[in-house]
Amino acid sequence: MLGYDSFLATKAIRQHPILSMLMALAIALGIGTFMTIVTISYSIGKNPLPQKSDFLYRVQLDAGNPDRQSNDPRSRPDQLTYTDATALMRSTAAWRQSAMFGVQGVVRPEREALHPFEVSGRAVYSDFFEMFDAPFEFGGTWSTSSDENNERVVVLSSSTNERLFGDQNSVGEHISLNDELFRIVGVLDEWDLVPRIYDLSFSPPEETFLPFSTAVELEFRRVGSTDCWQPSPPGREGFLASECVWIQFWAELEDSSKRDTYLSFLDSYAMEQKQFGRFQRPLNNAIHTIDEWIAYSREGDGGLTIFAIIALLFFIVCLINTIGLLLAKFLSRTRELAIHRALGASRRALFWRFLVEAGCIGLAGGSLGLAFTWLGLLGIRVLLRGQDGALHLTQLDPLLTVATLLLGIVASVLTALYPAWRGSRDTPGVLLKGL
Amino acid sequence: MLEMKKVSKRYRTSTVETRALAELNLSVEEGEFVAIVGPSGSGKTTFLNVAGLLESFDGGSYELDGENVSQLNDKQRSRLRNQKIGFVFQNFNLIPDLNVFDNVDIPLRYQRVPTWKRSELVESALDTVGLKGRMRHLPGQLSGGQQQRVAIARALVGRPRLLLADEPTGNLDSNTASGVFDLLLELHNTGSTILMVTHEESMARHATRSVQIRDGILQVDD
Repeated sequence: MLGYDSFLATKAIRQHPILSMLMALAIALGIGTFMTIVTISYSIGKNPLPQKSDFLYRVQLDAGNPDRQSNDPRSRPDQLTYTDATALMRSTAAWRQSAMFGVQGVVRPEREALHPFEVSGRAVYSDFFEMFDAPFEFGGTWSTSSDENNERVVVLSSSTNERLFGDQNSVGEHISLNDELFRIVGVLDEWDLVPRIYDLSFSPPEETFLPFSTAVELEFRRVGSTDCWQPSPPGREGFLASECVWIQFWAELEDSSKRDTYLSFLDSYAMEQKQFGRFQRPLNNAIHTIDEWIAYSREGDGGLTIFAIIALLFFIVCLINTIGLLLAKFLSRTRELAIHRALGASRRALFWRFLVEAGCIGLAGGSLGLAFTWLGLLGIRVLLRGQDGALHLTQLDPLLTVATLLLGIVASVLTALYPAWRGSRDTPGVLLKGL
Repeated sequence: MLEMKKVSKRYRTSTVETRALAELNLSVEEGEFVAIVGPSGSGKTTFLNVAGLLESFDGGSYELDGENVSQLNDKQRSRLRNQKIGFVFQNFNLIPDLNVFDNVDIPLRYQRVPTWKRSELVESALDTVGLKGRMRHLPGQLSGGQQQRVAIARALVGRPRLLLADEPTGNLDSNTASGVFDLLLELHNTGSTILMVTHEESMARHATRSVQIRDGILQVDD
């Protein structure tokens, strides 16, 4: 009967085109507003490495200010001190691990036609690339001995390689970075890691990657936040030995069953440090999967939640309007209903027909809502013009496209439940008396 | 075919209770053409609605083609109505947005008859009423007499056991009414069982049996 129901639904929609369009428009407006916010929220919280969900962990050690005792788990620093990061790197508790921080450098091209230019960079350990599934176009990561010996080696992004060497394989070539000569060991392919999960930024991955120890030794300009709960001793060595946190640390475990073991290792490390007068607060270390880290970092980000609630309320108001319109539409067809009932339609058959009709309107509303969502995202993209991740945040992905259409259908069918029930209740004899 | 015993029906509002049918007894045999005659407000339409399972009744028993209908739920009543009863209304009651073919097709849709067979049955029913050439017309493009013929084709198409006609010529001029009534007589002559309510004695005289109804009470004339 679905075919016949759809046939009659189409007829009924054409019979009252303005009313049907109003309903589709009400649904579309609600969906457009709601899905615009949902899309942004979804994009912010999207895990770009779902295949690593059970293995990759962000590490937090609570070496915070002992004068500010707090039971709040969020009181622990997000980043690590140099002392702790390098100590963890010396351990073998994780399968792979990398301490890291952002840097800024200047490349002086050999080709005279090119002027020196600034590049973003990240100081990492050799495991970094495999941990974050970085794709290589040429070459690969450097060796662990490069990490240990502060070697001048570098991995370039695809765009930097293109800028310096065209599309040629530059592995083995050298570049001047901050007036030091670095040997190129690898060139990344296009790497669409958004958000850039290792520092939760919406910028594309950096243009250069160099060994952590090399960047420290050469005192590359750091990019990112530095938090100190006590003054840092003077000089570079003083800063490295300080309680300032400025290093992100990620560990990859063989599987999720090792999670507790690794956390115990961190606690043991903290207990050990307590003997040296550090880690004076109660044990409050933590590790987070990618999804947990995204959620943790978004806690307290109430602005988007408020927008989402307002958009949802607006959507509900639109649906309530649709209920009224559907009720009016269904009850205006008493004559037609009575005829169908007289000719053999049961209440249930009419009920389903109404739902099919509502579903058709919902599909139209969902499609129109998709267009409104697209327009809404376009508007936000214009507002965010020039900001990192504006394009990523305002992109409607296939999953959300399907979800928008389904939402239109489901919402309209749900709103049609009462009107359909009400419209199919009257007995045909009562309806026919009015004919 | 149809057996009603002491069937009663009352309409109630919060303040008023109206008796529409009072302990009504009627038996209609296969192949009969029975006319129920009465003035406006006598309970004719209520009787037809109860007979056609369009309305429930309060007391008594009603068997249609050997099936006791008082215990049936809505789905079962709808199925029985669809398979065993054909309706012809005074106001034709065609759906204006559907063309002639689709109007006649409705009962077959609820019987879930396959497409190829539906086409055959609809065309045959329209041929019977002389409107095969108007299949793609909308009801609004037909005269009153033609619309009633379409309604008769719709009532016949599902091969029902009983045809219920409610003032079938009430909205037609005398010439057209005569043609439509002749069609009903033809159907009766080919074996259809017809139960017709009317206020016109002249029409009732053509029926094989005529029954008077007054204040919801049936009085058998002959």
